[in-house]
Amino acid sequence: MALVNDMPKPAFRLGMLIYDTRYRAITIQVMALILVLLFAGWLVGNIQTNLALKGKDINFDFLWRRAGYDIDQQFIPYDNDMTHGRAVIVGLLNTLVVAGLGCVLSTILGVVLGVLRLSKNWVVSRLVGVYVEMFRNVPLLLWIYLVYVVLSETRPTPRDFKPNADGVTNASMNLWGSVAVTNRGTNIPSPLLDRPLPSPDWMPINASVLAVIVVIVGSVLINRLILRRANVVQEATGIRPTTWWQSFGVLLVPVLALLFAMGFHLEYPVMAGFNFKGGLNISHAFTALTLALTLYYAAVTAEIVRSGIQAVARGQSEAAFALGLRPGRTMNLVILPQALRVIIPPMISQFLSLTKDTSLGIAVGYLDLRGTLGGITLNQTGRELECMLLMMTIYLTISLIISALMNAYNSSVKLKER
Amino acid sequence: MAAYVRTQMLAPAAPPVTERGAVKWVRENLFSSWLNAILTGLAILTLYSLAKLALPWLLHGVWMANSLGECRTIIAANFGPDASGACWAVIRTRWYQWIFGFYPPEAYWRPILSFGLLFVAITPLLYSDNPRSARRLVGSVAVLTIIGLALAQGPFLLLLLGTVLMAGCFALTMIGPTRLWPITAVYPFLTVFLLWGGSVWGPLMAMLGFVILGQVYRALNRRLGVVMATSLGFVAACIWWTALQGHVSTALQSVIPLDILAVDSDKMGGFLLAFVIGVSSISISLPIGILLALGRQSNMVLIKSLSVGFIEFVRGVPLITMLFTASLLLQYFLPPNVRFDLILRVVILVTFFSAAYNAENVRGGLAALPKGQFEAADALGLDYWQAQRLIILPQALKVSIPGIVSTFIGLFKDTTLVTFVGLQEPLRGITTVVRSDINWKGIYWEPYLFVGAIFFVVCYGMSRYSLYLERKLATDPR
Repeated sequence: MALVNDMPKPAFRLGMLIYDTRYRAITIQVMALILVLLFAGWLVGNIQTNLALKGKDINFDFLWRRAGYDIDQQFIPYDNDMTHGRAVIVGLLNTLVVAGLGCVLSTILGVVLGVLRLSKNWVVSRLVGVYVEMFRNVPLLLWIYLVYVVLSETRPTPRDFKPNADGVTNASMNLWGSVAVTNRGTNIPSPLLDRPLPSPDWMPINASVLAVIVVIVGSVLINRLILRRANVVQEATGIRPTTWWQSFGVLLVPVLALLFAMGFHLEYPVMAGFNFKGGLNISHAFTALTLALTLYYAAVTAEIVRSGIQAVARGQSEAAFALGLRPGRTMNLVILPQALRVIIPPMISQFLSLTKDTSLGIAVGYLDLRGTLGGITLNQTGRELECMLLMMTIYLTISLIISALMNAYNSSVKLKER
Repeated sequence: MAAYVRTQMLAPAAPPVTERGAVKWVRENLFSSWLNAILTGLAILTLYSLAKLALPWLLHGVWMANSLGECRTIIAANFGPDASGACWAVIRTRWYQWIFGFYPPEAYWRPILSFGLLFVAITPLLYSDNPRSARRLVGSVAVLTIIGLALAQGPFLLLLLGTVLMAGCFALTMIGPTRLWPITAVYPFLTVFLLWGGSVWGPLMAMLGFVILGQVYRALNRRLGVVMATSLGFVAACIWWTALQGHVSTALQSVIPLDILAVDSDKMGGFLLAFVIGVSSISISLPIGILLALGRQSNMVLIKSLSVGFIEFVRGVPLITMLFTASLLLQYFLPPNVRFDLILRVVILVTFFSAAYNAENVRGGLAALPKGQFEAADALGLDYWQAQRLIILPQALKVSIPGIVSTFIGLFKDTTLVTFVGLQEPLRGITTVVRSDINWKGIYWEPYLFVGAIFFVVCYGMSRYSLYLERKLATDPR
């Protein structure tokens, strides 16, 4: 009996590479590969010719040369005698701080707004609706500009905070005399320590800050232990022991004790001469960027949260009510865990966009990664190719890290299927 | 006993006051619980303080003035020395710059006509099976365009021509919206000619390149398959565009000179520029995005990894770095002495950017399709492109509409970023120009409100259209 396998295979002919769909895939890929290689070769050739014409080469040595420009907001020590590389790191930290702050604040505000948007209260839901549509449908750049221009053109000058010849002050500080918003920046109290821990030179981070972080992490871990024990007791006896005062004590007392021991106090900005002395001066560029990013992305987050909550089938909340759960517990135990699965994937891409949109700091002269590496360093050294390449690589790395972290979180909350 | 039995039905009593009408509505919607009452109070307080700040300012608005100082004098004279008021005069005197940038005023009719034709050209896309909406859209656009042309004060002959053109478009729509397809096909070339001006032969001959592509494709498609036929057609068209087109159009221009005033790219600005960049990037990025999404789903390893690499790279970097690439780096990647227009460079990079995002949207749609659809298409004996065209993409695109439209909205908003490579977009470019005028120094709310309002109308319109489309295409009964 002749099996199908015994059928004689048609001999391979060259024409089959084009006419036979089985082999055509290979032909197409080989052709695509050749085209891509040719294109890449053409690009590299062009770059070489252009560099030769301009008398340049590809060289990253400039990162170790003196930068010679100042950055007004720095989270690690920096002055203009340090290298371009150091300036780039300062800029990167500025980017990350705005991005982190924007992500946290916009998420908090956005979740609140998203829940309010679904409120049965007519006035509140309409008001939030107007807010969301207003911010979502207008370019982010406009909000950044508006905040910046309004702050720097309507606020009084520092001199107005000083009594003039008649003894009249034209402007006063806000929040019980602790914050002064001038046209040059916002002056806020700065945290200071009387007895800081000695930090040796080899430590990249201040020892006191490190101590506070260690204590907080320790407290959180101990608190988790307490909660876990409470769970065990609850599962064994059915009664949950009261733990809130334990958590409260564990979370707050050690930190407060440490801060007290180090002599923590606030230094208030005071008028001295023609400007404020003491305290921290936050530039309007930073304020405008953070505020605009927060407000804009809060509107986007609100829509994501709203759609996530609406995506949970109505039967779920009805079933929860039928089981006798109160509205708060229904939200916590039934709706939110299911809504999170819908909410998290768009939130990932939203955090990514926010991080990338910090580069709009260019509009207000905020010296972030783009402002240092892709701005002043690029202009001073004239090395467009290297700077742009490095900048794109860094942004790409940040994006990939964020999406890896959030994807890991996503897989931990998503539906476990067998 | 019977005396106590009521023989007549009582008329139903009206519900108590608290359970009917406005009182009930207010109670249920505003004060159903303590928390709700507090929220209502807070919301009303917010509204009140906003109104207290903004209303006098809006009501005291001044339209007739020539400088900010004059505005303030008028407001102080009319409403007292401490009154604040909007100075809309800046919009009245400079609105044309926000709309057209530095486009020569005598040629304003060209952007107006091309903007009107834009809606005619997209009508068959928007309302292919809804003749009523199509007629309404084309009709109102035609009327508005004719009014715009009349206001632009071009020569009378032109107004007549524009009227005839618009009436023709409307007549075609009356026959059927799909009759407008030829206008859609010609529109890109027509609009390039209208906006940049110069010789008519350049755009015409560029269009001929696409005709060549189509002819080669049609001749080879049956024997070689879609990919090969398209690539060969593309090669033929490229040969035409790079080697022959320039000479042919120059020759034709010298024989039959047909040209209008040429306008440089740096004269374009304002919303004209935003629309040029937005519309061209949107329309080119969708097909590229679909191809990239198909590439990402492909079985061919090389094609797949190329698509993934491109998409992930573009999505990982900010648009600003892409724009800087367009303005700073592109000169390194091109042969020496090849320079092309900044707007074109920006359009290309912005197109890449939104193509990557659209690819992800379409991929989401493809992933949402049940596997049975792919298998059924195979079982019917359809080849890859037939299956995509007839079965897969119509369903996948339907699912990805919300995402695609929000990408478009984002793209249109992002056209404001081109200001950082030196183009005069409305938000910062033109506003800076106006604000640096000595007459308008120190004005900030009014220009931003004006520009923001236009952006809002366009973006909100797009999102409403997407909702309409979702409802129209929804097939699953819910």
